[in-house]
Amino acid sequence: MYPLGNSAAKGAGMIKLNVNGRVHDVDAPADTPLLWVLREWLGMTGSKYGCGAGVCGACSVHIDGDVLRSCSVALGDVGAGKVVTIEGLSPDGLSHPVQKAWLAHEVPQCGYCQSGQIMAAAALLKAVPKPTDDDITAAMQNICRCGTYQRIKAAIHDAAKGGAA
Amino acid sequence: MNQINGLGRRGFLGTVAAVAGGMSLGWNVPAAQAQGAASAAANSAATAAGGVEVGIWAVVMPDDRVIVRIARSEMGQGTLTGLAQLVADEMDADWAKVQAEYIAPEVNQANKRAWGDMSTGGSRGIRASVEYVRKGGAAAKAMLIQAAAAQWGVPAGECSASESVITHKPSGRTLRYGQVAAAAAKLPVPDNVAVKQPSEWKIVGKGVKRLDTVEKLSGKLIYAVDLQLPEMLNASIAQCPVFGGKIGSFDAAKVMGMPGVRHVLRVGDDTIAVVADKWWQAQTALKALPIVWDEGPNANVNSASIAKHLESGLDAKEAFVGLKQGDAEAGLKGAAKVVEAVYGTPFLNHATLEPMTCTAKWDGTTIEVWVSSQNGDASLAAAAEAAGVQLANVKVNKHHLGGGFGRRGQQDYVRQAVLIAKQVPGRPVKMIWSREEDMQHGFYRPITMAKMKAGLDAQGNLVALHARLSGQSILAHLFPARLAGGADPVQFQGWNKEEFGYQAIPNILIDHAMRNTHVPVGFWRGVNHNQNAVYLECFLDEVALAAGKDPLDFRLGLMGQMPKLRAVLQAAADKAEYRKKLPAGVFRGICANYGFGSYTAAVAEVSVSKQGEVKVHRIVAATDCGYAVNPDQIAAQVEGSFVYGLSALFTSENTVEKGRIVEGNFDTYEVMKLDQMPKVETVVVPSGGFWGGVGEPTIAVAAPAVLNAIHAATGKRIRTLPLKHHDLSHA
Repeated sequence: MYPLGNSAAKGAGMIKLNVNGRVHDVDAPADTPLLWVLREWLGMTGSKYGCGAGVCGACSVHIDGDVLRSCSVALGDVGAGKVVTIEGLSPDGLSHPVQKAWLAHEVPQCGYCQSGQIMAAAALLKAVPKPTDDDITAAMQNICRCGTYQRIKAAIHDAAKGGAA
Repeated sequence: MNQINGLGRRGFLGTVAAVAGGMSLGWNVPAAQAQGAASAAANSAATAAGGVEVGIWAVVMPDDRVIVRIARSEMGQGTLTGLAQLVADEMDADWAKVQAEYIAPEVNQANKRAWGDMSTGGSRGIRASVEYVRKGGAAAKAMLIQAAAAQWGVPAGECSASESVITHKPSGRTLRYGQVAAAAAKLPVPDNVAVKQPSEWKIVGKGVKRLDTVEKLSGKLIYAVDLQLPEMLNASIAQCPVFGGKIGSFDAAKVMGMPGVRHVLRVGDDTIAVVADKWWQAQTALKALPIVWDEGPNANVNSASIAKHLESGLDAKEAFVGLKQGDAEAGLKGAAKVVEAVYGTPFLNHATLEPMTCTAKWDGTTIEVWVSSQNGDASLAAAAEAAGVQLANVKVNKHHLGGGFGRRGQQDYVRQAVLIAKQVPGRPVKMIWSREEDMQHGFYRPITMAKMKAGLDAQGNLVALHARLSGQSILAHLFPARLAGGADPVQFQGWNKEEFGYQAIPNILIDHAMRNTHVPVGFWRGVNHNQNAVYLECFLDEVALAAGKDPLDFRLGLMGQMPKLRAVLQAAADKAEYRKKLPAGVFRGICANYGFGSYTAAVAEVSVSKQGEVKVHRIVAATDCGYAVNPDQIAAQVEGSFVYGLSALFTSENTVEKGRIVEGNFDTYEVMKLDQMPKVETVVVPSGGFWGGVGEPTIAVAAPAVLNAIHAATGKRIRTLPLKHHDLSHA
């Protein structure tokens, strides 16, 4: 059920993990999903549990700039990869262009999926600074049950223009 | 509710610590205050912080911030902001300095429920609160003005207030709310204050920004699932997969040695919990735990047997009548042409993205819970019942919900958390359901079918309609005491005398053959309006086409008794330029409905490729909710309603095999993603004079409008959902 890569090491022991620029020594088995390491070992709860199966995207984080679903990445497979979570996206939690655009468009409803949506959008804009509608629909595959997709799309376009503030 | 009232009339001083804008406040709320007696905020943290209650709905800070108390729950629908707008407007507060906070259920309880009903469902959050919250705001303003007038030694009538500043008109002197709040708090709360006329509103009616957005952008908002407390343990649970089954046996010894595992517990007779230091450890051990279930009498039920059960109701003699006018049977017999069709819709899980979660701590005499709940009152009562204590021994910490949609009105998960905590005294235990547990133990949208019959006269007039529902009753499962002579009035949502839009039809019979199953059912956002609107609004299209009439004209001609419904359908049609030709290959469908006190209508523009791929290009949705408290949030709810409603149309369903729900996660319970989201244009047409709901009513019009457009595009009339099972390819 949990596609956790090919991590060979299953035993406990300190594993180094770089999150938001800080290196942590994590005392968790190597096959522990990164999501639960972030949430339970490091106390960083901004990345959410939605499905545990890599389907919903609520747990999305960046590893070396790529957006990945942390519920489906094993701790032992992160290695020296630099993890960035919603908590580390901007120093004040508001100043990343995507966060600004989200605020301007009043994107969140319940907000539970938005950490993941914002991380996915930030990675998209880094890879494709001026995305088309098709770029956005291809990249944004996170589930939002409240249905904020229309505003997400508009906010991404706005962030790309640098217009939302 | 009776139980709450009965147990709760004890009246003690409640002190709560509330967090507003990062700042900790506390206050005392004497029971007498709700009756209009003087406020007595002495000896509380609020006094220390300098904030005081002015009336019961607002705390005013020395820096003029106004913190509005919220009794309802916020699950994304924007009620928290809307209620704050209503109170702040009546107060003439400076909106830029308004914040909001929850009132704790036990404080409400201890004060004769002075803050009213906490239940947040049925799209009632604002419309059922408007009278008393506005009066609360108006009372606070009167007290603040009175205090300023007293300080100046002038008549209150010479003073006015605007944006949190009181002005003595003759002298031009001013005082800020923060400067007079302490004096105002000592004044009696006036009983009979007038509220503003709509023309006087300054904050209500504006699309102001939500008060709770910023924390949702940084990951800082603490949902119940995010709670971290000192000494906290974590639990994952397994419930008997077959509804109605029980625990047979399990072998705890097999997992007790696994990392972090502390306990393997029975939770009632159908649930097993593994408690560990961390949730991931608990979940890992739970999956390794050998369990034998006693599956009980329902282990052979499946979707096919349930379908058969429902089919038996379509022509059954016995049925509860929801609406009767004229003689439908005679009307059908005498008709020149009869149209007949059978429709059906499946079970649906709410699938909130935050799974069911509750933390509980038992200290031997009191139980404290931390929960995302749609009903703080009910969570309090459920925790008390499960813990076996009086309501006074319960404390409930409300968190924002990671989605509600009706699911979190049920308190099953609160009871479980309490039953776990009672076995682990002294330490808080956070229970999180896995997604699979959440998907397979919901309170599903009820499965129903409908046999629709219409009679047309020689001129193509609709002279008789018989709608026979067959299917599961929500009330029979959740609240059997609320059945009326065995009938479930909720089954007839949209189809009762008050809500049915087409009462110009001379002969109408709408009845329900109740066919219950062992699957738990509940209130799924929009509730039975959703299914009933699919049946009626698609069938009316069939009838219009059989009569050779345009579907819009046909509907408008039958809506004479409900002019506001007709107006909202016309508004949607006008905005969509219904009379204009669409580009080649694009087709329209329309739909209207009245529910939750609001009128809604939609026009869908859809194309279907020869291979059967559906594309929804545009939706125009009109809403008349009477008064529009926050038009931007109404638009957000309408947009989201199409995602929720069209997920149900296209892909979502729960099926039953061997007595259990088959779908375990979003890979099989498919919901709409961004790439399928149509462009939604919201038309808010508030006609005034009433307060209608917003969060739910639009869901009902989503699926029928698109289905009718699909028929226009393909000639295929789809009568069972979801669409993923149907071949829409066409020549």
